[in-house]
Amino acid sequence: MKRSRVGSWIAIIVGALYFLVPLIGTFEFSLRLRRGEYSFEAYQIVLADPRFQASFAYSTVLALATIVVGVLLVLPTAYWIQLRLPRLRPIVEFITLLPLVIPAIVLVFGYLRIYNSSSWLPMTGSERATDVLLMCSYVTLALPYMYRAIETGLRAIDVRTLTEAAESLGASWPTIMFRVIFPNVRVAVLSGAFLTFAIVIGEFTMASLLDRPAFGPYLQLIGANRAYEPAALAIIAFIVTWACMGLIQVFGRGARGSTPDTR
Amino acid sequence: MAFLEIEKLRKAYGPQTVVQNFDLAVERGEFISFLGPSGCGKTTTLRMVAGFETPSVGAIRINDQDVTRLRPNQRNVGMVFQSYALFPNMTVAGNVGFGLRVANRPAAEIATRVEEMLKLIKLPTLGGRYPYQLSGGQQQRVALARALAIKPQVLLLDEPLSALDAKIRVALREEIRTVQRSLGITTIYVTHDQEEALSMSDRIVVMNEGRVEQIGTPFEIYNFPRTRFVASFVGTLNILRGRVIEAASGRIAIDDQEISTARGIVDAQAGEVRSVALRPEAVSLDDVDGGHNKMRGTIEEVSFLGAIVRIRVRFKENAISLDTFNDPGVSPPQRGQPATVAFAREDLLVLEGAEAS
Repeated sequence: MKRSRVGSWIAIIVGALYFLVPLIGTFEFSLRLRRGEYSFEAYQIVLADPRFQASFAYSTVLALATIVVGVLLVLPTAYWIQLRLPRLRPIVEFITLLPLVIPAIVLVFGYLRIYNSSSWLPMTGSERATDVLLMCSYVTLALPYMYRAIETGLRAIDVRTLTEAAESLGASWPTIMFRVIFPNVRVAVLSGAFLTFAIVIGEFTMASLLDRPAFGPYLQLIGANRAYEPAALAIIAFIVTWACMGLIQVFGRGARGSTPDTR
Repeated sequence: MAFLEIEKLRKAYGPQTVVQNFDLAVERGEFISFLGPSGCGKTTTLRMVAGFETPSVGAIRINDQDVTRLRPNQRNVGMVFQSYALFPNMTVAGNVGFGLRVANRPAAEIATRVEEMLKLIKLPTLGGRYPYQLSGGQQQRVALARALAIKPQVLLLDEPLSALDAKIRVALREEIRTVQRSLGITTIYVTHDQEEALSMSDRIVVMNEGRVEQIGTPFEIYNFPRTRFVASFVGTLNILRGRVIEAASGRIAIDDQEISTARGIVDAQAGEVRSVALRPEAVSLDDVDGGHNKMRGTIEEVSFLGAIVRIRVRFKENAISLDTFNDPGVSPPQRGQPATVAFAREDLLVLEGAEAS
């Protein structure tokens, strides 16, 4: 018993070092902008950069739009699958896994082929339309995570009985969805939302090839031209991602139980 | 015209028919139980009344209105589920008032009605709690209050006490019945527990394999079962198998001992193998005279259960179980002892249908 515990700890320590050492190295490097002393000047330069502010704001707005569209698409779909069409679950799950398999660059080239300025629907000819395209691509990229998070949340509640209870009390479908189902999968939706946010903030390929001023291309631009600022940006990006993960944990722990207490 | 009419209801899933030819007329304020084993079609029938299943054939009328094709939210029926189905995101008051909010009733009316319902279920101070903070019994009472708050035409309960422990079940079923009587609401109650059905109902519908076996009051169902299934499902029953001596006089030979029924054996011929049934409480371990049937056997098993002593007497192929009250002044009989059992001719039930010999 003792031997296996030591082995587990060794594995944890090695794994942690594998991840933490480069991170610590990056952080330490980001503090070295001022020669001879540690300072946060690289962070000050980055945070004061109007391009950082603009690209971060753009990606944040796009992330929020992606989350809203993603939830409106996935929640009713997952609900309907669970309630009426359980046989379609394997097919839908397969579809939601496709974005993990198909590279983003394939998606982008598909977009450019169908929506380029010479096509029947020239969406790439307009900035706002391109923003919509980018948002749709992010919805697709985030689909595996959003679907799984919401589906897990729906499985934790008795969707069918709650729906029938609400219906027997006179509720229509929109009432059931917004007053009964959605409030009870709020935590799952938030988990999906934070995962989506983390994905959108760091995404590079689609934003770059669609030439949009997102945070991912900004990260790449700074990395190609500066030394210490990219390290600071990487740490900032990590902090944002970890904050999202932390919030998922906080909301997950705070969720009320949904199964009957048979005391 | 009855308040709730169910006519020739049938439900099939593909080739499998789960409810066959179900007919029932329920008067206003009546408490009806659907009783039967799992898979007999009782819940499916209830769900058709609620609107969650569409009948393949037949009609359902409530207060002279055909509701067969109406959606559940158009029927004004209240339903209580086995799993309580309280909305976890709402407080007790929120749950109870949900139906009224959906109906856009004024806030003051909702508040008054919620308070009234919470008093009815004896939880007046728990309006601010969430379902996860309640015990199972409390949750089920809230579910009942929620179903009643909208003043439904019919109250439907689908095995509401199954998830609770025995003591709470007994207390809660009395409360449900008291509430139902005080409101005078027409109620259908689905259960597989015969004690629940017998103690709560005005009438019981006994179902088996999608068919109605018998409809009657608890007294009729228990004392005059019409089919072998009803006789064996409701209460404990001794079943004796023998050969008909004379059908008209009801004489039958059980293990070479002749007994007779009070009403004769219908549709039987001499020599046929038939079964008769007897409740344990109808049998006494005495050599009683005065027109009683008597059978001689050997005591096979004696079980001391405290207030009750359960004795099984073996003849040849057949055996009879009887219960006697414990008497500290009288020792229980011993195994292997010869014994005579007696029972009135009127207590012998003839089970329908000839059997293979």
